[in-house]
Amino acid sequence: MELGQGLDLASLGSQLLVGLSRAMILFVVCAGLSFVLGVLRVPNVAHGSLYMIGAFSAYSIFRFFGSSTGGFWLALILAPFVVALVSLVAERALFCHLYQREHLMLLLFTFALMLIFGDLVKLAWGPEYCSVVPPKVLRALPRYNFFLLIIGPLVAIALWFFTNRTKIGKISRAAAVDREMVGVIGINVSWVFAAAFVIGCYLAGLGGALVVPTVSVCLGMDHDIIIEAFLIVTIGGLGNMWGALVGSLIFGVTHSLGVLLWPQFAIVFPYAAVVIVLLLRPRGLLKSVW
Amino acid sequence: MFRGIIDRKSLWFIGAILIVLLILPPILPRFYTYILAVIFVTSLLAMSLNLVLGHGMIFQFHHGVFYGVGAYTAALMLSKTSLPMWIGFVAGPVVAALVGLLIGWFCVRLTRLYFGMLQISLGSLIWAIAFRWYSLTGGDDGIHGIPIPSLISSLNSSYYFILIILVICLVALYLILKSPFGTTLEAIRDNPQRCEAVGVNVRRHQLMAIVIATFFAGIAGVLFVVLEGSVFPDLLFWVLSLEVFIMCLLGGWFTFAGPILGAAIMVSLRTFVGIFTEYWTLILGVILILLIFFLPEGVMGYFLEKLKPQVREVAEGRGE
Repeated sequence: MELGQGLDLASLGSQLLVGLSRAMILFVVCAGLSFVLGVLRVPNVAHGSLYMIGAFSAYSIFRFFGSSTGGFWLALILAPFVVALVSLVAERALFCHLYQREHLMLLLFTFALMLIFGDLVKLAWGPEYCSVVPPKVLRALPRYNFFLLIIGPLVAIALWFFTNRTKIGKISRAAAVDREMVGVIGINVSWVFAAAFVIGCYLAGLGGALVVPTVSVCLGMDHDIIIEAFLIVTIGGLGNMWGALVGSLIFGVTHSLGVLLWPQFAIVFPYAAVVIVLLLRPRGLLKSVW
Repeated sequence: MFRGIIDRKSLWFIGAILIVLLILPPILPRFYTYILAVIFVTSLLAMSLNLVLGHGMIFQFHHGVFYGVGAYTAALMLSKTSLPMWIGFVAGPVVAALVGLLIGWFCVRLTRLYFGMLQISLGSLIWAIAFRWYSLTGGDDGIHGIPIPSLISSLNSSYYFILIILVICLVALYLILKSPFGTTLEAIRDNPQRCEAVGVNVRRHQLMAIVIATFFAGIAGVLFVVLEGSVFPDLLFWVLSLEVFIMCLLGGWFTFAGPILGAAIMVSLRTFVGIFTEYWTLILGVILILLIFFLPEGVMGYFLEKLKPQVREVAEGRGE
């Protein structure tokens, strides 16, 4: 294939690394979305907003600890818990009363949550707080991309272990298939759903914290990520975690290669890839739980 | 023509509203006339979506794309070619319907959420192209200062133009829904398997509904150009599509006029809450949640339910 000028193996390799590390962040976010989709059967539009909250709080924690590298690692641990707490409150206060409703109503509800979270972030961090260039300490983080390449599979393994080897994970899978039956044998389905929702949102927050050193944190990042996340989850197969991994890799790598091939239309490449996959396999690459 | 299709009382009611809307512009301040015109354009968009969403149960998640395509087509024809103006106005909806045919053709093979997802990805592809193709579409700046025919360029005249087109489109949509085609579409919504069994070509009917809906969305896009004189890529972005989707659910998607109400509520909220506070989406979110908890059938559905109790049974008997 004819590549643009100035292309060599080194830039291809580095671009591939960027694409793969971006894919890993996408995967962490999408795994959470997919998990919620699989267990609760709810397309959570607010997932992107939780990701944004994760990014903003990670940035604030990082600043609070004097913008040091250690502060960043602490932010990476604490920020997802902030997000998990927010989602737990939202779930217990509002969401849990709606599970019996139709799916479209749940979608509407999560959209309302997205609107509220978006403005809450604006309220808490200020409307002018937009487009923060990643600080030097983080940009100089050695091999941050390699770190992302490790954390992605780690999350995958942890999530697999949780759903297949722990009791609550197995219960959540059972509740996804038949929530009434799970309730009949004496398990509090409502709390299982709450746990699943919080875990999914924790992953959104983790993704948000992970992304801080690589992009600028700004309002509106929720809109961009959620559409990508939904498409990735769909091409992977709704609710299938490994599908989310495959989808993220496709999305991240096609985008980074698109940057090399045709920078102006780089953003078109991943969407085109999604379209091709869905045309060939309308129900996603891997088996959907739906 | 409407004998037997619409009862006399509703006809009087609609006539009264129309007369009020016709005499309003000279009385109202310019700003309110403009807001009313925005509501008209948005209502037409929401109504066109509801043809497939509420009456066809087709999850058209990215309806805004067709609105944007109609607007962009008209804008490009008006500003970049020297063809007569009306060709641009006709081309908008036609191109939107063609894109609807193309996207719909791929999507109707799928159902529900998968349908919506494939449509979002195809629509996002169009958005990404419009967003990046600076030489043609102006990229993220969009196109501004589009020449509008002088006959409809002032605010009041464009108001009347939009109102007339809106009324024509609403009558057309109503007649379509009452036609055999519309009834078949609703039958497919209620029970696709049985329709298939009695020999209805379900996929083809759905595709036709999508093409008709996208045609009307294209008209709404052209009206947007008439009103604003500019286009920008946000018209094609999925957030707008979701907002229109919400308008249908909010107003009552199993009713005919519900989406108009939903559009009016959304536009007024954005405008009037937006005057007082920058955080209007927060207010909108809270109102949405209140509606979900207390008016699950939508605002219009709630009032219809109050008026005639049998509506609820119809809605429940819809086999969810």
